[in-house]
Amino acid sequence: MQEKVLMKGNEAIAEAAILAGCRHYFGYPITPQTEVAAYMSKKMPKIGGTFLQAESEIAAINMVYGVSATGKRVMTSSSSPGIALKCEGISYLAGSDLPALILNVQRGGPGLGGIQPSQSDYFLATRGPGHGDFHVIVLAPASVQEMADLTLKAFELGEKYRMPVMLLADGTMGQMMEPVALPEPTEIDPTPKSWAATGTNCEREHNIVNSLYLSPDELERTNIERFERYAAIERDEPMWEEFMMDDAEICVVSTGITARVSRNAIVEARKQGIKVGMLRPITLWPFPKKALQAAAEKVKAFVSVELNMGQMKEDVELAIRCTKPVSLCYRVGGMIQTPDEVLEAIKKANEGGQE
Amino acid sequence: MAENQIVIAGFGGQGLLFSGKVLAYAGLIEGRELSWLPSYGPEMRGGTANCNVILSDIPVGSPIVQKPDILMVMNNPSLDKYENAVVPGGKIFIDSSLIGRKVQRTDVEAYYVPATQMAADMGFPTLANMILLGTVIAKTGCINPESLSDALHKVIPARKANLFDANMQALQAGMAF
Amino acid sequence: MVVFEKPKALTDAVFHYCPGCTHGIVHRLVAECIDELGIEGKTIGVAPVGCSVLAYNYFTCDMIEAAHGRAPAVATGVKRSLPDHVVFTYQGDGDLASIGMCETVHAAARGENITVIFINNAIYGMTGGQMAPTSLIGQVTQTSPYGRDPKTQGYPIRVCELLSSLDGPAYLERVTVNNVKNVNRAKKAIKKAFQNQLDGKGFSLIEVLSSCPTNWGLTPKKALEWIDEKMIPQYPLGVYRDCDKEG
Repeated sequence: MQEKVLMKGNEAIAEAAILAGCRHYFGYPITPQTEVAAYMSKKMPKIGGTFLQAESEIAAINMVYGVSATGKRVMTSSSSPGIALKCEGISYLAGSDLPALILNVQRGGPGLGGIQPSQSDYFLATRGPGHGDFHVIVLAPASVQEMADLTLKAFELGEKYRMPVMLLADGTMGQMMEPVALPEPTEIDPTPKSWAATGTNCEREHNIVNSLYLSPDELERTNIERFERYAAIERDEPMWEEFMMDDAEICVVSTGITARVSRNAIVEARKQGIKVGMLRPITLWPFPKKALQAAAEKVKAFVSVELNMGQMKEDVELAIRCTKPVSLCYRVGGMIQTPDEVLEAIKKANEGGQE
Repeated sequence: MAENQIVIAGFGGQGLLFSGKVLAYAGLIEGRELSWLPSYGPEMRGGTANCNVILSDIPVGSPIVQKPDILMVMNNPSLDKYENAVVPGGKIFIDSSLIGRKVQRTDVEAYYVPATQMAADMGFPTLANMILLGTVIAKTGCINPESLSDALHKVIPARKANLFDANMQALQAGMAF
Repeated sequence: MVVFEKPKALTDAVFHYCPGCTHGIVHRLVAECIDELGIEGKTIGVAPVGCSVLAYNYFTCDMIEAAHGRAPAVATGVKRSLPDHVVFTYQGDGDLASIGMCETVHAAARGENITVIFINNAIYGMTGGQMAPTSLIGQVTQTSPYGRDPKTQGYPIRVCELLSSLDGPAYLERVTVNNVKNVNRAKKAIKKAFQNQLDGKGFSLIEVLSSCPTNWGLTPKKALEWIDEKMIPQYPLGVYRDCDKEG
């Protein structure tokens, strides 16, 4: 870890990506993540990297596909409407078993929506953003420090499992500044990846990076093999953080900015004698189901605090098989709950009421 | 536990985010927990802009300031918007060159600094924000004035290093007010 | 004595193309150029979606399959990652001039140092003969059953002419492969397009007027004549940009 510096979340991601050995960035301007592109445009030319402002989100993700096909670390960033455009390319990355980092600094939707913070791409991210049957690993940072740490983690996980990783942040996380200790630079092994298109040098059979399988049984086999890999990820990679959960009777589930707001509400509720804690998923896919199941054994109710109409709440209910009531505390459109609003939801859950 | 929840608000272009950054960097230098959150979007273009700064001894929960104990305002709409949000006993700092009215609340302390006029008189017409911030620092102790020099060096980009002295003088004028 | 060999840059896989289709000729020309320039080991090809979707099976160099129309963007990523390698795309008219027009124009405008082989046969082949952006006025296709009517279906796009308005491209030439003389000219153009990349000159695109006897409903021989009679008047052969000649 390096000495702490003050950075915006968007800048911390950009710098962490560079430290992680990423030398290729492709993007298209969109609020509230344009700082990432601005940072990359300044830095990349000085370190022999590529910054390219693509003609569209679609072109950007396909440039990412091209670099990833050569086996190198690569990223793009956007916000919700732009991510929707990238979904075609994300599906191709998944189908070709290629790693890539896709940052989504979410804003309100649907349509052009707004530019203020949102978590309304939860389903889009966690259900496989694109056509076909696939997943991407989804990481949800709740501080500028995590923006940096999870960027590094995203590259590592993507390479380990050869699949795209989405860093799912919200506008607040992207725009806020906090002290951050950046990771040490990663040493990148220059040996070409065995599967990558790097030129045969006339020394080996040609590599084909491809997601097309015209024979149904072959395509079925690739899908099943991919899901065997996903099963290993669901077993080994869930990440979450617990806050005041030891004696908790109410469990708040929240990510990103709403987890930060919830923290204030929980501290206040504790002052008022309510035994409440928080389970904050850090990986949204794989969802920390086991941790939630363990919490369900102890608590009497859950409160899902989200910036959407209850998308994650469904995953909480699925994880605990609806064994305990799960209420929803939401704001949408770029609005964010106040700690008082979350406190009210906690009190209702504590009293056994519905939202 | 010492914690300050600060809102700095006014028109875009008055250097409000910059003022917040000075506090944030001073907090970093002092090894405190902190967050700095700007408003963003088209409202920044000539409209109302604000930033939230939290300086604390414990990890910061929500970076969104709902109930500031320090409010620094540089236009009328911002005073209208945030006056009632300030906690009882909180402090409101007003650029009285730009805001004609007085604070209506009686349970807060109000400071009226003709920062824009002072800045013009000093020959730094763009540094009213630093003057008002100086008064904030002097009257609240939210950061240690000794951190200011280092903080300013971090916030002022290298290509504008020649502006350091003027900023420092403006801060000192505000502190002495 | 062997008088006619398969180029080294082609695999042993049997082409899936219809009888009389000129994709096979163009594949061969690309492979011969790769052989003659000695660049097989450092070449990476990007295949499109369309009739030549399986091109990745036919070239011995490393190959990447792109999404429909995105080959120039994918090739951009590859070239930026491996600037010392040779990167080419092989695309049809639907891929390059319809769904991928944006990627095509911008790769050209950037002067991206890649080679684009563009097969224009005025029709969508793989999906069974629908109207292409390059289908001729009056041309009957599955989705223009009464003939392409410009009032409702617009006009055919001349890609070389369109791109020639940009400053980015280094080399734009339209060729065809409907007789021996034209095949030889086409090969010369394709080779130059690869050589340009080796010389760092920038974006080169060779448009090859090709036949589609199956979907045109013509015999292979008639299809080659149709290129002369119908396509060339709409799509004149020639050089539309050559940075060597314009100083």
